[in-house]
Amino acid sequence: MLFSVQVEVSLREGVADPQGATIERSLPHLGFDGVRGVRVGKAIRFEVESADEATARAEVDDLCRRFLTNPVIEDSTVRIDAVTGS
Amino acid sequence: MAARIGVVQFPGSNCEFDVMEAVRLLGGDAEILWHGDQTVAGVDAVVVPGGFAHGDYLRPGAIARFSPVMAAVVALAESGGPVVGICNGFQVLTEAGLLPGALQKNRGLKFLCRTVELRVTSTRSVLTTGVEAGSVLRVPINHFEGNYTCSPETLAELREADRVVLRYVDNPNGSVDDIAGISSAGGNVVGLMPHPERATSALLGSTDGLPLLGSLLAAASVRPMATSI
Repeated sequence: MLFSVQVEVSLREGVADPQGATIERSLPHLGFDGVRGVRVGKAIRFEVESADEATARAEVDDLCRRFLTNPVIEDSTVRIDAVTGS
Repeated sequence: MAARIGVVQFPGSNCEFDVMEAVRLLGGDAEILWHGDQTVAGVDAVVVPGGFAHGDYLRPGAIARFSPVMAAVVALAESGGPVVGICNGFQVLTEAGLLPGALQKNRGLKFLCRTVELRVTSTRSVLTTGVEAGSVLRVPINHFEGNYTCSPETLAELREADRVVLRYVDNPNGSVDDIAGISSAGGNVVGLMPHPERATSALLGSTDGLPLLGSLLAAASVRPMATSI
């Protein structure tokens, strides 16, 4: 089965995010006064061919841990969807 | 016989020739180690130089750690051989697991390019055996992601085991505990953000990098000729 995967890599809770802080500081200049808690991460999208969703998830989790994130400062959240018609 | 220093070249490295020049100035032999080769060619010590290995894509060092040469660099380090990572090389060594912690974007999101003062806080490492503890060196920094961070447990371990090699006198980038460079438990692997190879000429502002690289050459020249890595 073919799965579409979206990985969101974000800085771990408590790790300073100077990009997010800079964006947040600039928002009032544009009139956005109520925006709080800006955090900047990255989205990585790909497809994976696997027997089933559990296998795909295990493989993607391993990929995140060993390559897509640096566990010292980053976390990841993974979204997996079966590609219909595959 | 002059110590043989191998300088790793990734696509995107840009300080390898400066390091080789500095090594030769100090009387050592320097040679390029191409990242795609699975060997360090029997050199006595390895320097992983600055630059943007593999374009710094994903994260600095994230892809470089999988380059074929890195298995040999790790093997050399594990056999006690001197391995020094400068700037991007420091980032590569943390990603490769040879040194703990990580380098984040600078506090204030500024790319920093200037000469800073460093205090030598440990003389156990291969980079500082020939330098007096407590002395202050003037060495350039040139980085965007040099803000060293690690868990509180790792920081405690680094401090207790005398593994903080260099500290900034005036912290430019937000690094925890003013850390500019650290070593492995054995002292043979060192990572630092400042560029000692750019502080080798009075004409260019400082010669304070010479005793650091001189210490590395001294450590390399006492290595037994045992490496076939």
